[in-house]
Formats: sequence, C-alpha cells, structure tokens
Amino acid sequence: MSDRPLVAVVVFPGSNDDRDAAWALGSVGAEPTFVWHEETSLPGGTGAVVLPGGFSYGDYLRTGAIASVAPVMSAVREFASVGGPVLGICNGFQVLCEARLLPGVLRPNRQLEFVCADASLLVEVADSLFLRRCTIGQELVIPVKHGEGAWYADEGTFVQLAARGQIVLRYTADVNGAMGNVAGVVNEAGNVMGLMPHPEHAVDPLLGSADGGLLLAALVDAAAAHRLGAA
Amino acid sequence: MKATVLVRPKEGIRDVDLEVDIADANAARAEIERMCGELLANPLIESFEIRLGGA
Repeated sequence: MSDRPLVAVVVFPGSNDDRDAAWALGSVGAEPTFVWHEETSLPGGTGAVVLPGGFSYGDYLRTGAIASVAPVMSAVREFASVGGPVLGICNGFQVLCEARLLPGVLRPNRQLEFVCADASLLVEVADSLFLRRCTIGQELVIPVKHGEGAWYADEGTFVQLAARGQIVLRYTADVNGAMGNVAGVVNEAGNVMGLMPHPEHAVDPLLGSADGGLLLAALVDAAAAHRLGAA
Repeated sequence: MKATVLVRPKEGIRDVDLEVDIADANAARAEIERMCGELLANPLIESFEIRLGGA
C-alpha cells in the first residue's frame, strides 16, 4: 500500500476534469483513484473524495441534479457523515448542493454566457480544512469555466453562513452574479467544500498559477489525517 | 427604466410526465410531491405544480 493518502475521484458520465484532478492530486502527494458512479462503496483506506468538474449526466434536469442521486453518492454521503473530507469542484460543487451536502444552489451566470477566465479570489477563512495552507485575506488566482456558477441561497441562509464562517472564498470582482461574490462554501462541520474555480488547473506556475495547489495540498493533508483517524 | 423579464418554458416544453403505481389520488400526489421536492425541482429556486390524471 502506498504511503500517499488515497483520494477517490468520482467519475460520472459527463465528467471531464476527472483526469486533470487526479493528475493534480498526484502532483501534491496523493494517490488518486477513480471511482465510477455506479459503485456503492468507496475503496478501503480512502482519505478524501473529490467530485470533479464536467457535465454529469449532460446537466439534464439541473446541473448536478441526477448525479446527486447516483449510487456512489450514498457512499460519499456516508463518508462525509463521519468527517471524511469531500471537495466538489465546479460540477462537483453543483452536485454537492443538489445533494444537500452543501447549502445553496448554482444558477446560470448573470450574463447568461459561459465564463472562462482566471479569477481572483479572496480567502475569507483560513482555519478551514481546505484552506489551511492559506492566510485570511490572501488573494488566489484560479481559473473558472462555467455557465452555471452563480451561487445563490436565501437571504437568511446567506447571513447565517457568513456568520458561521462557511463562506470561505469570494471573488474579488463580480464574475458570474454569485450572491456576495461567493466562490466557495463549506458545510457546517467544515469537512465538505465546494467551489466553482478549478484548483486542479492551477498547480503549475507554467500554466499561470500554482495557487490551486494550496487547496489540493490541504486536501491531501486532510486525507492523511482522516486515514490515520480511521485506522 | 429597469425591467424584470420573466422567461418561462411554454407548457409541455420542460414538464415531466410521471406514472406512479398508486391508485389512491392523495397517496399518489404525496409520492409525486416527494419526488419533486427531492429531485425534480429544487425548492430553493423552483416551484412546481402537480396535475393528476394526465393532460
């Protein structure tokens, strides 16, 4: 067995950033493994789960809706319920919101256009499992590429999330019409995070930024800790 | 002047036809409401209306 923490990358029909995510996770010390959506359990020793970007089930019904009830999601839900770290990227974020593992929903971009650009993000909370390698107020540059990335919640939920420190990343400018420029949120327990930007596309300065590596490396840290705790 | 434009699909365009194997109308409605609340609609951003008995 590898010393590297095992990180399960879930693959749905229509996922298209699964291989990028696996490669990026490997570059920051993980042992990535793919898990097909029809699986009903995660591999033994899984330390973290990543739901990657793409267009799961062709975005039918609503983005992430069908994937949220895929067989593998029962295992992901169970893993999260015992504190396992789960990261949803872009479509993975949409899936986690539809699965009610994260608050809110992702709506079509305000400009009704697909946006593909480097986004500047502000770290709002640094004691999050996923942002421990960052500092509060740190600016990260991580690309976005989505048509339905405008995070939305009702006003009461939004205020509550902000007060609890569950809004962990915000865009420094209006990218897609997201409420409060929210780019990433965590669940109340703090072990499930979703974000629209793609950290797996920002792990090498040659590609413009390595800031995404900070998030993924923190996830790998959390995966190692979870594996130890579960042993 | 600011305007709000409400664009909705025409009837039938995105409507979902369901068939449930439940004879009692109240029970069928309750089951369909559950399906709508859990998957077919996201109550945070969508509302739904159920019409029993076909078109």
